[in-house]
Amino acid sequence: MKFHSKRTTAFAALVLSGAMALTGCGGDAEGGGDNGGSEDVSITMLPKNLGNPYFDTSTAGAKAAAEEIGATLEEVGPQEATADAQVQYINTAAQQGVSALIVSANDPTAICDALNQARDAGTKVVTFDSDTEPDCRDLFVNQATAEGIAKVQVDLIAEQIGDSGEIAILSASANATNQNAWIEMMKQDLEANHPDIELVDVVYGDDDDQTSFDKTAALLQSHPNLKGIVSPTTVGIAAAARYLSDSEFKGKVALTGLGTPNQMREYVKNGTVEAFALWNPEDLGYLATYAANALATGEIEGNPGDTFEAGKLGEYTVEDDNSVLLGEPFVFNAENIDDFDF
Amino acid sequence: MSDTSMRPAPEVHAETHLDAAEVERLIEPSRQSPGKRAVNTVLRSREFSILLVLLLVIAAATIKTPSFLFSNNGWRDLLLTPAILLLLAVGQAVVIITRNVDLSVGSVLALTAYLTGKLFIDLPGIPIIAVVAIGMLAGGFLGLLNGLLVSLGRVPSLVITLGTLYIFRGVMLSWAGSDRVNAGDMPPGFLDLGTMSILSIPVLFIVAVVVLGIVGYYLYAHRGGREMYAIGSDPDAAVLYGLRVRRRVLSAFILSGALAGLAGVVHAARYGTVSSGAGSGIELEAVAAVVIGGVAIFGGSGTVWGAALGAILLVTIDRALPILGIPDFWQRAVVGTLIIGAIVLDRVLAARQERKLIEARDEA
Repeated sequence: MKFHSKRTTAFAALVLSGAMALTGCGGDAEGGGDNGGSEDVSITMLPKNLGNPYFDTSTAGAKAAAEEIGATLEEVGPQEATADAQVQYINTAAQQGVSALIVSANDPTAICDALNQARDAGTKVVTFDSDTEPDCRDLFVNQATAEGIAKVQVDLIAEQIGDSGEIAILSASANATNQNAWIEMMKQDLEANHPDIELVDVVYGDDDDQTSFDKTAALLQSHPNLKGIVSPTTVGIAAAARYLSDSEFKGKVALTGLGTPNQMREYVKNGTVEAFALWNPEDLGYLATYAANALATGEIEGNPGDTFEAGKLGEYTVEDDNSVLLGEPFVFNAENIDDFDF
Repeated sequence: MSDTSMRPAPEVHAETHLDAAEVERLIEPSRQSPGKRAVNTVLRSREFSILLVLLLVIAAATIKTPSFLFSNNGWRDLLLTPAILLLLAVGQAVVIITRNVDLSVGSVLALTAYLTGKLFIDLPGIPIIAVVAIGMLAGGFLGLLNGLLVSLGRVPSLVITLGTLYIFRGVMLSWAGSDRVNAGDMPPGFLDLGTMSILSIPVLFIVAVVVLGIVGYYLYAHRGGREMYAIGSDPDAAVLYGLRVRRRVLSAFILSGALAGLAGVVHAARYGTVSSGAGSGIELEAVAAVVIGGVAIFGGSGTVWGAALGAILLVTIDRALPILGIPDFWQRAVVGTLIIGAIVLDRVLAARQERKLIEARDEA
């Protein structure tokens, strides 16, 4: 029995030392945050989830901007793109008293309370990529207008399938703000300008490789006459391309949407995908960080008509709905894809 | 059955009288001819009823959309899609049979899938077989950690593996961060494995079935396998009887880890991309497959064949429901109903069998 309890003690000690090692790591990261930043502007970047190459790139742009400004920037985020997972990170940022929080919302309303608590504590809130309700943030940095994004995708798919036939949409999660807005506009555009194209289904891959992959398979099964798939999410289009690239549908079912060059390079080169669109997420993160800094230093209030300089991108003006527009979407194809690396 | 102590007092059942053949089947099965016994065993097995449900699902989807079964792609996906869950379910079944559970398999899968991608990036030209071996070894090592904590720490496996689920996922997050492995990072030969077929049977499915066959045979015929059932039925009795309980439980966890490792390699080959969220939530699917497959959650009974069929059924239902026109949002509810239905069926069948056995004893 004595031997027994010794072993239990040893086991407990092991667990405890493990836990201490883990907390030790956390302490280090925080300590680093206090040193930099000449103007004491500290920014927390909260993307929808980590492990998403799109947000990796926007964070890279944000870090470049933070370096130019001399602000400190820390990226935090949940593993899975859910609203409740984001709330705890927002609360932590508010408790740390950071000057500004840059967030891409997983839900337009679910994180509102947390954001407003942070704002009451003096943190400026900038949304980018996916907006919340206008009354829970100071400024929205818009990657492109919903109209522009919807139009470029409809144009691409119409061109690739000869402007007639069945198409389907593979989206992110069913409550993703930006995807839903684009889908709504695509429907209107299709109805008004492409009467021969029929949208037969909208499915949700939850921005997860495996789910998106399986949903693509299901789409092709349940709609044998499908001529094209539009996936307005980077994870979705890559998973769909992976499925198409070694199926009998390769080259027969067109695929387009929003993707990143690094993820799509293989599939553009092997002929699975002809062309897809996106803005430059690096510029988006860069602009969001400049906007956050302008708010934090009091240079702008976030009101319509306010103007600020965003480094290499030039001057931006806040528009009527308290947003700033990055620019027009960009189309990637076999000819230009090698010019990009993100 | 695991809970004979809870058996209700024998009731008098005047309404049913078992005929002689039925009594013989129940109390002296060895008197029947071997052929008859085999047929009885198969027809009355839990696995057979799952197979029936599976065939019904496939038939319904095929009637609605013939390409579900009869196109090259449909046939391939039917076998290929369950391969990953099948591997996990086999490992999970062995662990659950010993009255434990391994919730960390999803995180182990993520780690080994990412390791697979990293090996190809850092060591260009590494043979695929070496990557498979390293993946299984790494998974087996993580399983060993689980097993040691459970058998030496004497803490319930539910708690230990819930802890390692988070720890392993945390390690994955700090290792991979927001990095990911893309299709372009892995050699085409490896990615082709994800879809390659031999005689129109996908290679990954063959791998899963071979693993299933080996583990199934071991559990059915080998002394170690039978001891696992004994341990799951009554761990205390197993100790008193002198079985090496710790060693068997440890090997069950190592097996589960190694199979999760193999599933990680398969995941990388199949999906061509690995991010830090890979395989999250799949541990519960594995447990669900095992339970649906008729393995008692408190151990001691059930087979890996059933667990494998449960995995195939779960995945196939997921694929068939959209074709049958059932919306995304209801699909999870259907899976939940299936799990509860499986458990209720278990109880009903167990109670019925017990009642019949008592009757048969009284009549004989």
